[in-house]
Amino acid sequence: MALFEAHELHLRFGDRVVLEDISLSFEVGRLSGIMGPNGAGKTTCFNVLTGRYRPDRGRVVFDGADITGRSPQAISRLGIARSFQLMNLFDEFTAFENVAIALPETRRRGADPIGQAYRDSALVGEAHEILVNVGLGDRAGQIAKSLPYGERRALEIAVALASRPKLLFLDEPTAGLGSDGRARLADLVRKLKGAVTLVVIEHDMEFLFSLADVISVIHWGQVIAQGSPADLRANPWVRNSNLGKLA
Amino acid sequence: MRSGHTVPTLTPVMIAVWAAFATVPLWIEHVGLYQYLGVEVLIFATYALAYNLVLGHSGLPSFGHGAFFGLGAYGFGLAQLNLVPDLWFCLGAAVATASAGGTLVAAFISHRRGIYYSLLTIAFGQVFWFIAIKWHTVTGGEDGLLKIERLPVQLGVATVDLSHNVSLFYFVLAIFVVVSLLLWRLVHSPFGRILRAIKQNETRARFVGYDVWRYKAAVLILSAGLSGLAGGLFAMAQASAFPDVMSLHYSGYIVMMTLVGGGLVTFWGPVLGAIVFLLARDVIGAFTTGWMLWFGMLFVALVIYKPEGLGGMFLRPARTKRPEAT
Repeated sequence: MALFEAHELHLRFGDRVVLEDISLSFEVGRLSGIMGPNGAGKTTCFNVLTGRYRPDRGRVVFDGADITGRSPQAISRLGIARSFQLMNLFDEFTAFENVAIALPETRRRGADPIGQAYRDSALVGEAHEILVNVGLGDRAGQIAKSLPYGERRALEIAVALASRPKLLFLDEPTAGLGSDGRARLADLVRKLKGAVTLVVIEHDMEFLFSLADVISVIHWGQVIAQGSPADLRANPWVRNSNLGKLA
Repeated sequence: MRSGHTVPTLTPVMIAVWAAFATVPLWIEHVGLYQYLGVEVLIFATYALAYNLVLGHSGLPSFGHGAFFGLGAYGFGLAQLNLVPDLWFCLGAAVATASAGGTLVAAFISHRRGIYYSLLTIAFGQVFWFIAIKWHTVTGGEDGLLKIERLPVQLGVATVDLSHNVSLFYFVLAIFVVVSLLLWRLVHSPFGRILRAIKQNETRARFVGYDVWRYKAAVLILSAGLSGLAGGLFAMAQASAFPDVMSLHYSGYIVMMTLVGGGLVTFWGPVLGAIVFLLARDVIGAFTTGWMLWFGMLFVALVIYKPEGLGGMFLRPARTKRPEAT
């Protein structure tokens, strides 16, 4: 069963059509990849799927419910989390607090103006556990801004995981990383695979082809190819493009 | 071993600040100042702490906060003159009036941030100020509300007269203690930490599930209510309420106090700012009516050389390390 479906999404900015008839579906437990050249509309597509933009037409369905046009916070609470292509952390917070603030327990206590924010040992424990999970176990006390780039990337994912999502969107998780960092991030994503349904935008074909169960290629705001990594290797468009050289 | 995530309710600095204020009536006249100044400092320190909840803790640049202070002053005065001349009731009325004003403003501006937020708060501040000037029948126009009394404190068994500046000082100190304690708890509570998160990154806060609008509205209303409490105390101290505290001028003063004191980096900064501001007014003001020129230059110098404000000088060097190369 598809956990998440997008039907015929259209979006234009002014007179520019950014998404034209995008239909995607993501299955439970799978890792779905989205690839395509710069400016193809991948991130815009994510922004529509996670509530940042409202599509002009089309429907977004999650877990059987129509979530088209809902606010990001409403979508997040349903169990969809995302990371960002450009770093998007609470820079002045420690790594610990970045995660702790994103935990549903903290949110549920959001109207409490008197109690201690992080007194609950279960909450503190869970935040630490998530940090350990993404390889930042010994960085809990560091200010996010002061972490090295690769660790900030991992923290990005930790914050997204903190909301205990059913579905996690990762927007170019390896952007700006060197080969070491990419390898580490690939390990992390591989570890998450199965535990949470993943949708990953990626430029790095090696990364995507080695991890994804199914890949959609977006170009000019349209889905031009879809299939398993093996199918795509045989796809003429992919073969003729730059992307195919790596595959 | 996972300590450091909770913050003590009482801290040495907090107790030192309270204790230091408690000694003020004993020596203030011996250094050539006067008891009423102490009252004023405490009222503005309370106001500045309430204001900093919005500016420093939530990153919302409200430049029209004088409106809420003024609403509190009028609320206190009108409740006393027209309803029940009871201190607690009138202070409650001050908080309620200012919170109502805060609610109205919040409803219109909470989806904004940055400069748009500032401009809208200025606009609303001017609206309230203008109403205070023009609505003669209620506010007394530019003459203000006069003959506001310093009502006695009813404590069940005992009644304390506040007509003396020293007794009023200790009453205001008691309120300051309560307000500062509550705000200290607030900034370390879930609500307070979420405000901090929203200040740093509204988008991310939204994508981890926070209804940012509600938090921004709530903090403005809360801050307005507490500013109104300070305004009510001010009306009582002055025995009158005037529109000028609602003017853009006065709204600017509270921003200056908060920034000069270091409200952006320390909890107690606004208190320090209120002290420095009012002392500068009286001490430099004793030599020249153009004291604001000198204070303004101090402000400019601070913004250039020590943007964290005076309070920032007491802090340890920033905890952040330089980012390492990846």
